[in-house]
Amino acid sequence: MFPSRFRYEAPHSLDEAIGLLHDGGDYVKVLAGGQSLVPMMKLRFASPEMIVDINNLPGLAYHRTDPDGSLRIGALCRHADLERSDLLKGAQPTMAAAAPLVADPLVRNRGTLVGSLCHADPQGDWASVMLALGGSVIAQGPAGKRAIPLAEFVTGPFQNVLEHDEIAVEAVVPAARGVRSGGYLKLERRVGDFATVGVAVAIETSGTTVVRAGIALTGVGGSTIGATEAAQALTGKPLTADGIAEAAELAAAAAQPRTDHRGTAEYKRQLVRVFVKRILAGSQGAAATGEPAERAA
Amino acid sequence: MTTTADASRALDEIKIGGLGSSRKRVEDDRFIRGKGNYTDDVVLPGMLHMEILRSPLPHARIKSIDASRAWALPGVRLVLTGEMMATRNLAWMPTLSYDTQAVLATDKVRFQGQEVACVIADDPYIAKDACELIDVDYEPLPVIVNPWQGLEPDAPVIRDDKVNQTDNVVYNWEVGDRAGTDRAFERADVVSKLELHYPRSHPSPIECCGSVADFNRATSKLTVYMTTQAPHIIRAAVAMVAEIPEQMIRIISPDIGGGFGNKVPIYPGYVCSILASILLERPVKWIEDKTGNLISTGFARDVYLKGEMALRRDGKILGFRMHTDADHGAFFADAQPSKFKIGLMHSTFAAYDVPVAHLTARGVYTNKAPGGVAYRCSFRVTEAMFFQERMMQAAADDLGMDQAAFRRMNFVADDDFPHRTPLGFLTDSGQYAKCLDVGLKAIDYENFKVEQAEARKRGRLLGLGISTMTEPLGAGNSREYDILGIKMFDSAELKVHMTGKAILRTGAKTQGQGHETTWAQIIAHELGLPADDVTVEEGDTDTAPFGMGTYASRSTPVAGAAVAMVARKIRAKARKLAAHLLEVSEEDIEWELGRFYVRSAPQRGVSIQECAMAAYSNMPDGMEPGLENTAYYDPPNLTWPFAVYIVTVEVDPETGVWDVLKMVAVDDCGVRINPMIVEGQIMGGLTEAYAMASMQFITFDADGNCVGSNYMDYLLPSAWETPGFELHSEVVTPCPHHPIGAKGIGECAAVGGPAAFVNAVMDALGETGVRNIDMPVLPDRVWEALTYRRDVSGFPPVRQD
Amino acid sequence: MTMVQDDLSDEAPDEFPVRRIKFSINGRKKLAEVEPRLLLADLIRRGVGLTGTHRGCDTTNCGACTVLVDGRAIKSCTMLAVQVDGREVTTVEGLATASELHPIQEGFKQEHGLQCGFCTPGMMLAAKELLDRNPNPTEEDVRWAISGNLCRCTGYQNIVKSVLWAAAKLRAEG
Repeated sequence: MFPSRFRYEAPHSLDEAIGLLHDGGDYVKVLAGGQSLVPMMKLRFASPEMIVDINNLPGLAYHRTDPDGSLRIGALCRHADLERSDLLKGAQPTMAAAAPLVADPLVRNRGTLVGSLCHADPQGDWASVMLALGGSVIAQGPAGKRAIPLAEFVTGPFQNVLEHDEIAVEAVVPAARGVRSGGYLKLERRVGDFATVGVAVAIETSGTTVVRAGIALTGVGGSTIGATEAAQALTGKPLTADGIAEAAELAAAAAQPRTDHRGTAEYKRQLVRVFVKRILAGSQGAAATGEPAERAA
Repeated sequence: MTTTADASRALDEIKIGGLGSSRKRVEDDRFIRGKGNYTDDVVLPGMLHMEILRSPLPHARIKSIDASRAWALPGVRLVLTGEMMATRNLAWMPTLSYDTQAVLATDKVRFQGQEVACVIADDPYIAKDACELIDVDYEPLPVIVNPWQGLEPDAPVIRDDKVNQTDNVVYNWEVGDRAGTDRAFERADVVSKLELHYPRSHPSPIECCGSVADFNRATSKLTVYMTTQAPHIIRAAVAMVAEIPEQMIRIISPDIGGGFGNKVPIYPGYVCSILASILLERPVKWIEDKTGNLISTGFARDVYLKGEMALRRDGKILGFRMHTDADHGAFFADAQPSKFKIGLMHSTFAAYDVPVAHLTARGVYTNKAPGGVAYRCSFRVTEAMFFQERMMQAAADDLGMDQAAFRRMNFVADDDFPHRTPLGFLTDSGQYAKCLDVGLKAIDYENFKVEQAEARKRGRLLGLGISTMTEPLGAGNSREYDILGIKMFDSAELKVHMTGKAILRTGAKTQGQGHETTWAQIIAHELGLPADDVTVEEGDTDTAPFGMGTYASRSTPVAGAAVAMVARKIRAKARKLAAHLLEVSEEDIEWELGRFYVRSAPQRGVSIQECAMAAYSNMPDGMEPGLENTAYYDPPNLTWPFAVYIVTVEVDPETGVWDVLKMVAVDDCGVRINPMIVEGQIMGGLTEAYAMASMQFITFDADGNCVGSNYMDYLLPSAWETPGFELHSEVVTPCPHHPIGAKGIGECAAVGGPAAFVNAVMDALGETGVRNIDMPVLPDRVWEALTYRRDVSGFPPVRQD
Repeated sequence: MTMVQDDLSDEAPDEFPVRRIKFSINGRKKLAEVEPRLLLADLIRRGVGLTGTHRGCDTTNCGACTVLVDGRAIKSCTMLAVQVDGREVTTVEGLATASELHPIQEGFKQEHGLQCGFCTPGMMLAAKELLDRNPNPTEEDVRWAISGNLCRCTGYQNIVKSVLWAAAKLRAEG
């Protein structure tokens, strides 16, 4: 119910923050939204010696589309900002579909997308979305910035590749090469429940041809699963009913679900299959008209 | 000659907030300002904070406990272990079911989350830190997570602390006519069978349990603020256990953030906080966390059913048999009337005219928290009615009969009351068929059937579920009902002051039901005092008359009746005062709301307020002054509200997810004191019914780990999932034996509701031949049933890779 | 006013120093010295002494602890007290003025939106954030906005009606 004791710093510049991490010792955690970290500390599953609170760092609360077409999300951009964003509606269907489904409205007011990626919970929604979109994390350390693709960012449950003195400052979604469609479907038994299964699908079409596809799965493995075979099977051709069915099967096969109190492994695979089909059916409609798909819910 | 009507100055009962007025709630004024006074809001000078160390293992011998590092932490004042409690004979305490329960574990831990030690410190954070510094050496033992494991011949005996306990059986019990029922089955054209599990659930009010114990050495008085629905029962129990005389114990139940039965039992935390306060001579506050609440306090349900119905071909029920196995956890700590081991399970089928029946029941110990009977039900009536309506659903299917028609033809007829049920109850009144008519019309029954058939052709699964039931409220008459030997009457004390304002205190304890608002309405009805002029207090044993508290929906039937009776005693005295003031004999006095008048000269009268003043200033010779009285009410019988709940759903065959299309509730609870509050109670019960039917339960894995000990796993629906409700109040059958004709309502929807949801999903799956999916009817279970065309059970241990 | 507490400095280690913070709560400026690990809910309840904000669960689910920080509804059990340094906190006690209830409070009374009252402060503040942002919500909007606040007593239907009542009154008042 209450965290154990720790030291606390609230720097006012990024360099100060990085310096604190660099000198901080063995067990230092960065605090942004805190909606995953603080609950773990209260249950004493995490007992860091020092917390570096980055909420006072200026200029990190943004999300914007850059001239090159990439979408950039700052470390202090809250889930709620994305949920209410006009920028995302229409232009980023996969993200727009996922944002309202993260946790609950109060948690969304504090939690951050970048923080969620760093937390690397296998049941985190954003990781699937960013993986499907081919996104990356921008990390900044004493030596400067580097971009880490999502596929390389997470190494296991709650483990990411950041150095002890690096801070994730931004998440990037690369510019689209075609018209975006897709969505995010999640089976949660109630608002705020962790996903039984979540599926992110991101499609880009040029004419009727799919020029890029990404499918990623939440909650069916030790970490987020990229269903790369399924995505490849869709690429380079139009979306057809047969193609969708094939992709759904490949995605279900890529899942590594475990039987537990949320359901059998077989059931979870079934959900993967069904969600991939439903999202792609919505995209199919979009691809035919050339219009971005409505949220496939 | 003037007519009574011309001279009538009776007050408008609705205007003064009498019966039937949807008076706005008095208690709201403080809650909307954030000025409620809940137990955790109580702060006393010098107060210390207590935290409990709980066992991580479900069944283990305790080899040693080393608390030295905890004692050494700055700010720690006291560490209590079972061994220390044992030196004061407090390591074990009696339960309300004549068993014993560990306060702090001594020899063994018997469920995951059981209390092992507690720390009292200056600050709750330090108390928590200190708990982590206590080293306990456990030797794990084999674990029992369901009754069948407990009944195996080589199963470990969980209660090896009990002298004559050689197995894990708590009791065997039976009621009814075995031979007669056997004969009915022999004559039956069709026998319908059903087996299912009503899973372990938990009342889980948002506010957890807690106490602030304050022993004052200077006055020898023990004051305990605590989350209790039954302060007088607690006082009696503390007097027994702590050997302090009752008048030196003051239990104060302040505002309670929801009870639902969870705040009736006596928990180890209360006992430890009391002992700690006595030892330290300072107030000690214990507020549990949600995990402690879910994993160790009074749970609900967890009963297995084997049911059979003997049916005639035309649909008449000839008889039924039920066998129930109850999973009681590690201690038999049910708060229920002592004569009934399985509570009022045998009230099942009371709505139907069934000539003969037989019920057997068995209780089994397992490695889980103690309890079983809580959660918005009168002592297992939720199980009784769920089993009933699930069996009725299966029977109608087996007969090939329409669900509504099958129920209707078996209802007890309107003119057949009082009606003796085959298992020994006497139901009081009802208009069952009329309620069903209202419900079927509201759900548009015939049209739905057409829609359902059309939808099925297009691969869409719609379903409709009905649940009809009457249930016993208001336990109970002293011949049959007692808890720990104390009879289950209730009480009301009314003091009318000289200006006609009044204060009313009862032995009940509101936890959101609105007693501060509704009891005053009864006074307004009986005495014509505006409800706004009557203050209602409950919960302080120093001032409240002795009562058995609020649970099992007993307040309106019992305490409410006492309120009416005490008002009538006051009115009887006021009548004498009126006669004195009007200088006529009492026989010449008539009463209309708020006023006594002379029958032969109606314009001559006195108000009730004038009588009150006279009680202090102008009494007749020989009359004791004052206008105060107390009434204790021993209910002559239980009350029997009736309800029809109908739900329509659509099931997504690919994912198993189901959504509620419409939910209709028809409740006949007799006279409604405050219609707004009654509707609030029904909706609250329906929400809990929906929760239990769809997502809410506690289960265990094969190692005895509790799944559902926090809100991440114990799922309560939010406003987003919870459906809307259409409520109907057209049918009102007053209770013939209750002073104001009320029956009570608090739990009806939680009792009757779950079956309506489950029956609806079963109906949607109708073509698959699936007879049962255990609650909660989760999407994965629905999908499994649909895909494999088989029943799905959910009893522990939960399946895991 | 002088505060007196037990002097544990001989016994207690000083490796985890307290922090001084300045914040405003319901329009009043406050100064506090807190351990970093103190949760905002405890700062409000035990530090400032405002007990209208409630503790319900330990896993950030129930929302009984909801307050507004710089106008945004958040769960105060999942924020550290030190994080409100320089910020404005609004609790249920800050809804009413000296003479008048906030329409949301009125709405909950008019439409029977509470029974035991424990979830009510949190519900009202979540509703306030909604109405500040969207003065004309649909029933669906309201249910969505309070989906992070759990209630066991009411079944939510009257809570929704209460919020819609308040929305109508606020719109009428302009």
